[in-house]
Amino acid sequence: MKKNLYPLVLLAVLALLPLAVKSNYFLHLMILFLLWIVIGSSWNLLAGFTGQVSFGHAAFFGVGAYTAGLLFQHLQVSPWWGMALGGIVAMLIGLPFGAICFPLRGAYFALASLALGEGIRHVATIAERFTGGMMGIMIMPTFTSKVPYYYIALALAILSVLSIQVITRSKPGYYFVSIREDQDAAASLGINTTLYKNISLSISAFWTGMAGALYMNYMGFIDPHVVFSLHDYSVMAILVAIVGGVGTIYGPTVGAFIMVAFQEIFRTGFFGFFDYLAKATGSSTFTTLSGAVHQAHVLGFGILVIVVILYLPNGVVGDWEKIKRNVFRINPAG
Amino acid sequence: MDVFLQTLVAGILKGGLYALIGIGMTLIMGVMGIINLAHGQLMMLAMYVTFVLNTMGVDPYLSLFVAMPLLFLLGIVIQKFLLNPLIKVETILPENQVLMTVGIGMVLTEIARFAFSSDYKYITTKYANQTFYFGNISFSMALTIAFGIALAFTAAMFWFLLKTDLGRSIRATAQDKDAATLMGVNTGRITVVTFGLGSALVAAAGCLLAPVYYIFPDLGGPFTAKAFIITILGGLGSTVGAIFGGVTLGLAESMGATYFGMEYEDIVGLAIFILVLLFLPGGFKRLTKV
Repeated sequence: MKKNLYPLVLLAVLALLPLAVKSNYFLHLMILFLLWIVIGSSWNLLAGFTGQVSFGHAAFFGVGAYTAGLLFQHLQVSPWWGMALGGIVAMLIGLPFGAICFPLRGAYFALASLALGEGIRHVATIAERFTGGMMGIMIMPTFTSKVPYYYIALALAILSVLSIQVITRSKPGYYFVSIREDQDAAASLGINTTLYKNISLSISAFWTGMAGALYMNYMGFIDPHVVFSLHDYSVMAILVAIVGGVGTIYGPTVGAFIMVAFQEIFRTGFFGFFDYLAKATGSSTFTTLSGAVHQAHVLGFGILVIVVILYLPNGVVGDWEKIKRNVFRINPAG
Repeated sequence: MDVFLQTLVAGILKGGLYALIGIGMTLIMGVMGIINLAHGQLMMLAMYVTFVLNTMGVDPYLSLFVAMPLLFLLGIVIQKFLLNPLIKVETILPENQVLMTVGIGMVLTEIARFAFSSDYKYITTKYANQTFYFGNISFSMALTIAFGIALAFTAAMFWFLLKTDLGRSIRATAQDKDAATLMGVNTGRITVVTFGLGSALVAAAGCLLAPVYYIFPDLGGPFTAKAFIITILGGLGSTVGAIFGGVTLGLAESMGATYFGMEYEDIVGLAIFILVLLFLPGGFKRLTKV
């Protein structure tokens, strides 16, 4: 019972948050956090539960975003309809792709997904007449307040995490895990491994596409280099899941929080701490240091990956016992 | 016809360099069974080494002798202290080593950005813009020299893999790690040496490319992509395949650039990649059995 309590408490806090917090900046961070829950969880379903590591989730994210944007651009349909469609289109991109790659063994899927993400980015850049090329797509946001977006993102995050939880505790979910653990054994038990990998990919692509469409609605502007970015989306999705805990339900949620906070700490130079130091002391060292920290967030990510993989290979949630033992000196046995 | 021949020559010359990049990647792939997603970033580093040496007046081709040992050492350090420890760790995802190389690549790129900023750097040499003619076909001097050196390195690599003890141990480890261990090969050390060699080879490619290309921190990513397209084309772990793959990619890129337009250059590589996955999943290795 206690185990189910934490998510419910968290949910209540998240639902009531906009009533207490009026700061737009903080709400923006929370929306990003919720979006990353969706993307990280869907990456985690495919990689963490099914064992198919994708380096191209930006493809699904970007396709979702472009679906919403292009619907408005060409047909003047409200981009909110694009949200429903964005997931489906991302799924339709994923299906033939999975059909090609999943019968193959080994590193093919990882490599091909990387190629998919990069390939779609090139196509979106070149097909200027259709996508606007590097000019990108701009739409007017529907709401001026951030609160509606916050609740929509929250609903999306809850739905995606819940659906993934339900799936992983159902028969297909066990099939996914069996494919991850031993594909030969799974196939010999009569599991159609290609089919189930495809199902996992479809669900994963669907939620990522939805997140992309919401991003379009929320930010109001996209271009190929933003939404198909390898580092900002494909690798970040991996980081969110890895840091939080691969193959756990709530891992990506924890990971999303850590990563968004981490990114923001770097982007603002420890919330302006270095700027403050520079002003207070008047020393130029702190000014340069502050400038360096602003640029260092990718470097920080890289170091974080290395440290997490070396010392917490199962993420914060997966290695929670280890953290408790080593950091807090709590020994569950005595 | 001249245009076609010219494109062909340009493609093959470029392909020689690509082969060098691909061999490094495929060696690592064969021995460790992982894709090194920091491969292009290692090359980028070698190019900056060349650039720094060049500002001190060292010829780019002479900096081979500095960049290759440096990158060899860096590769050894990466494999020994960052990748090998992961083998023993119990995890859900076997791809942890690949993800680690992504992290390494990010760190290398950002370090380069800190040290040299994002600006494009050029190496100016006397021969960078020189060309000579053979019939109606023009040969870029720098690319031709690069092609020659790349060929020499490839040949040396083959001699090393086929004739020396260490080379044989590397091949044995790639074929069957357990059997190699039982035959007394120190496979742990072999992986370290292989990563060093792979890095040194890609460093050579970087030095050769430096006079004809511009240098910036983000060039690692696209070249990593090229490297894995080459390895997929050739067949994962096949050295001969990497040469075929490199030349094919070089040819395809220059054909694409000539007949479709420059902006399609990168797409061509990706299109070939998808076609190979569809119709020849094992790459050239499946055809030649080497």
